[in-house]
Amino acid sequence: MKKKLLTMVLSVAMVAALVTGCGNDGSTTTTADTAATDDAAADTATDDAAADTATDDAAADTATDDAAADTATDDAAADDTADTASSGELIKVGIINNNPNESGYRTANDNDLKATFTEENGYDASFSYSNVNDEQIAYAQTFIQNEVDYLLLSAADTAGWDSVLTDAQNAGIKVILFDRVIDADESLYEASIVSDMEKEGQTAVDWLKGQGLESYNIIHLQGVMGTAAQKGRSAAMDAAAASEGWNIVTQQTAEWNAETAQQIVQSVIDSGQEFNVIYAENDDMARGAVAALDAANISHGVGKDVIIMGFDCNKWALQELLDQNWNYDGQCNPFQSSYINDIIKTLESGGTIDQKTIIMDEKGFDATEITADDVEKYGI
Amino acid sequence: MHKEMKKSNNGNFFSRIVRQQMFIPIFALLILVIFNIIMDPSFLEITLGTNNLGNPVLGGYLIRILDNGSEVAILAIGMTLVTAASGGQDISVGAAVAIAGSVLLRVLCGGDTRAETLQSPVILAFLVSCIVAMLFGAFNGVLVAYFRIQPMVATLILYTAGRSIAAWVNNNELPIVSEQSFKYFGGYIPGIPIPTPFFIMLACVIIMCLVLKFTNLRLYTQAVGINENSSKLNGLNPALIKVLTFVILGLCVAVVGLIKVSRNSTINYSVIAKDIEMDAILAVALGGNALGGGKFNMIASVLGAYVIQLLTTTLYKFNVQSDALPAYKAVVVIILVVISAPTVRAWFTSMMKKFQTKEVA
Repeated sequence: MKKKLLTMVLSVAMVAALVTGCGNDGSTTTTADTAATDDAAADTATDDAAADTATDDAAADTATDDAAADTATDDAAADDTADTASSGELIKVGIINNNPNESGYRTANDNDLKATFTEENGYDASFSYSNVNDEQIAYAQTFIQNEVDYLLLSAADTAGWDSVLTDAQNAGIKVILFDRVIDADESLYEASIVSDMEKEGQTAVDWLKGQGLESYNIIHLQGVMGTAAQKGRSAAMDAAAASEGWNIVTQQTAEWNAETAQQIVQSVIDSGQEFNVIYAENDDMARGAVAALDAANISHGVGKDVIIMGFDCNKWALQELLDQNWNYDGQCNPFQSSYINDIIKTLESGGTIDQKTIIMDEKGFDATEITADDVEKYGI
Repeated sequence: MHKEMKKSNNGNFFSRIVRQQMFIPIFALLILVIFNIIMDPSFLEITLGTNNLGNPVLGGYLIRILDNGSEVAILAIGMTLVTAASGGQDISVGAAVAIAGSVLLRVLCGGDTRAETLQSPVILAFLVSCIVAMLFGAFNGVLVAYFRIQPMVATLILYTAGRSIAAWVNNNELPIVSEQSFKYFGGYIPGIPIPTPFFIMLACVIIMCLVLKFTNLRLYTQAVGINENSSKLNGLNPALIKVLTFVILGLCVAVVGLIKVSRNSTINYSVIAKDIEMDAILAVALGGNALGGGKFNMIASVLGAYVIQLLTTTLYKFNVQSDALPAYKAVVVIILVVISAPTVRAWFTSMMKKFQTKEVA
């Protein structure tokens, strides 16, 4: 009898563990949501700032970017509210994003989306997060069942989306891709709003070319191999090194990780090889590299021995630029929500999108030109 | 076995060494060091320089290995105990390091992500993070010991949820500590040219050795790992001892969290201590410890951790192409693990014996 009871308790425990283990994504979402609510309470100012920046951006871009030739003005929010009040119906949006804890970029991206797709702006938005493609596809199927009007997608992986997007199309759901591209037929989605990583790399490499150094001995710290950001940013550097005859001292993946970057740079220092440029494909890795230089008393920054280049424009990284400790930081714009908002508004009013792929405007900052305003405005 | 060894005391010198548990990590270390020296004699060079604050610091590959290997070595201490007692491994240590580091920063910065001065002393923040990490360790331990879930499955829960919890602790913000003295734990203390993590690792090892020497922890852990039922019949409480080992691992996690966060003065929830659990488990395996539990040798695990770091440094040193790096690492690891397999060692010993009898004849 006792044994039976024990067996029962154990099996219940195992089922419970199974549920906890497998239902984990749900709990992740909840935690993220709670965090977001906390955020909303504590950091409304920050969120507002982010949204403002995005709207400003969009406003500035409308002149150049004919795709976004819509009503992206500062009082867009007010208009939206009026719209909703008249129609009385919320647009149902299902958003599939990567985990906001992934990076500063993703956190800013998620906050930006949350700030735009609110009830006040006429949206009924649901969010789900995963860095795993299969799980994202499962979320997409759930959203299709829930009959959302729009499906916004930042895919974890490029492959495997055809069938689920066809389902969405058959159900009359419009798909908009943001941040990441996928390998699927263009007809399956309305638009994709992306960063051009090759262009980001090219801007950075062009800037480096413009420095006119006597010799270029570069430590190239790569991101996780195979990611779009790594491929684009590495491609530009590889091409320039081949055409300009730059010497790549070492080219190694630090997997976006500061500590690994520190180890790689330390290893180069210990080997006694000469270098004068560190090209890190994100800010964290540049930070790690700088820590290694500091420990070896090698000067870096504007007018110093080693040029430091990073990407993503974290606020602290731009601050390093402002303090002249780094030389260059390339932007990777996480504020797509205003672009998406414009597209949905156009489609809702019966308009058409004449350009499928919309490339966002992205800057590169030079330490000699950056201002404190830039740090506030573009820092994520 | 023992009698046999005593009989052929001197003649079987080699086979006796090979049978030692410490043989594998020391052998691996020697092979890697010799390989490095042959390829580049400057490998052993240690230079004395100054850092940007004007403090003397030692440089060179050996120092880097001692420095960067510390975290895995500290985790290997706790992982060895967990492995010995529960016959399984904790795969959540990386995520737990993220939580510990996040809690540490939360207390240090007091919720203000750009705090100019520390809001509370480092020691207080560290103690809080220790308590949190030990609680999470106890959580894993209870699942394993009382609910009898396989350790790998039980810790899978924290493995998946841990980094999200870490982000949630700081409201998904990335606090940055600007206080210089906080960098001492992962860098250098002014005036002392040896990296601090090495001292921290040394302190952990010494404390653990003393604990193992003066308490019954070693005996109890091994007894539980070898045969849980008979240890119970002998008056031990196996569940409690298992939980205890997980709590000790939690303490190790908190120490690693301090070093990791101090190295960068900030945290990145998704990449901090990434895949460190695999390195820690590998260190235990390279130390020649049975992953199924039972007898253990902690020092061998610590050496195993340095083997991994030596291997990583070697690969960076030879500038192995990024996409080929994991493959090289895997090949070396496979070779080391195969050498340490009991069957291979037995074969090796018998070969030695044959060789020696021939020589005598």
